[in-house]
Amino acid sequence: MEKKKILDALEENFPGKTEDISTYGDDAIRINRDILLDIVKFLKEGPYAFTMLLDLTCVDYPGQEERFQLVYHLFSLSNNQRIRIKTSLPEKDPTVDSLTSFWRNANWLEREVYDMFGIQFTDHPDLRRIFMWDEFEGFPLRKDYPLRKHQPRIKLKE
Amino acid sequence: MEGGFITTKFNHMLGWARKFSLFHYPYVTACCGMEYMSAACAHFDLDRFGAGWTRFSPRQSDMLLVVGTITHKSAPVLKTVYDQMTEPKWVLAFGTCAVSGGIYDNYAVVQGIDRIIPVDVYIPGCPPRPETVLDALIKLQKKIQNQEQDWRWKRKKS
Repeated sequence: MEKKKILDALEENFPGKTEDISTYGDDAIRINRDILLDIVKFLKEGPYAFTMLLDLTCVDYPGQEERFQLVYHLFSLSNNQRIRIKTSLPEKDPTVDSLTSFWRNANWLEREVYDMFGIQFTDHPDLRRIFMWDEFEGFPLRKDYPLRKHQPRIKLKE
Repeated sequence: MEGGFITTKFNHMLGWARKFSLFHYPYVTACCGMEYMSAACAHFDLDRFGAGWTRFSPRQSDMLLVVGTITHKSAPVLKTVYDQMTEPKWVLAFGTCAVSGGIYDNYAVVQGIDRIIPVDVYIPGCPPRPETVLDALIKLQKKIQNQEQDWRWKRKKS
């Protein structure tokens, strides 16, 4: 499948909604978070068959209006093709739809992003911390988390 | 008979017996484990110094090898393992992470296991070479030989 084809198809189905930000190598698009589920449904269940969610991460850009940027990496096994989807979230309302209805592995990936960045995933079945312990306060990979702030669970000697 | 001939000789004999029959418990959490395996197996062979028997139960071991990064999340586990070991017991901090937290100066990692449990010998290196481990073992043996030995009947008297 040609490179242009998929971006053209996206433009055809969602006119004006997807922005082509691919530089070199794989395709990349930037979208609004409202249409994330529609785009993913189209990519997964349409003819392009992006059946794998490779990774789901987040980037923190402090000071920007759209502070958090979520990055989704999809892979099509049948076409040996990848696509990267980026969407931005404002600091005041960092919520986005969960992809757990499409991929089971999105469950843990989204829990990780919640744990580290505090992004709320709506309709996630079990959104709680995955790496840090439950009593941990704050989100350690946010840029405003103090660099050397420790939250020990037992009393430490000096 | 305090400090008499028999007591000192018995002390010496206990030290000699203890330093050559160190059963160790490997608390391996990270990449230093590879170096531990190398030091423990045939090429370098901890067993030449009588510390070859790995017991995977803290109740039966004398020497706790803390190999690798200790996070705040697992700190209570390490403390429990140390508390479960019966006297006499010794601790080796294996590698820079166990010694001081190493390169991980962040929210997750305990900055040196001596903030949780007492440490007898520190082994520097990232990871330490097996020769360094053997050197540390010999240093620990010297320490065991020269320290005041504790035994059951002695405690009953005092």
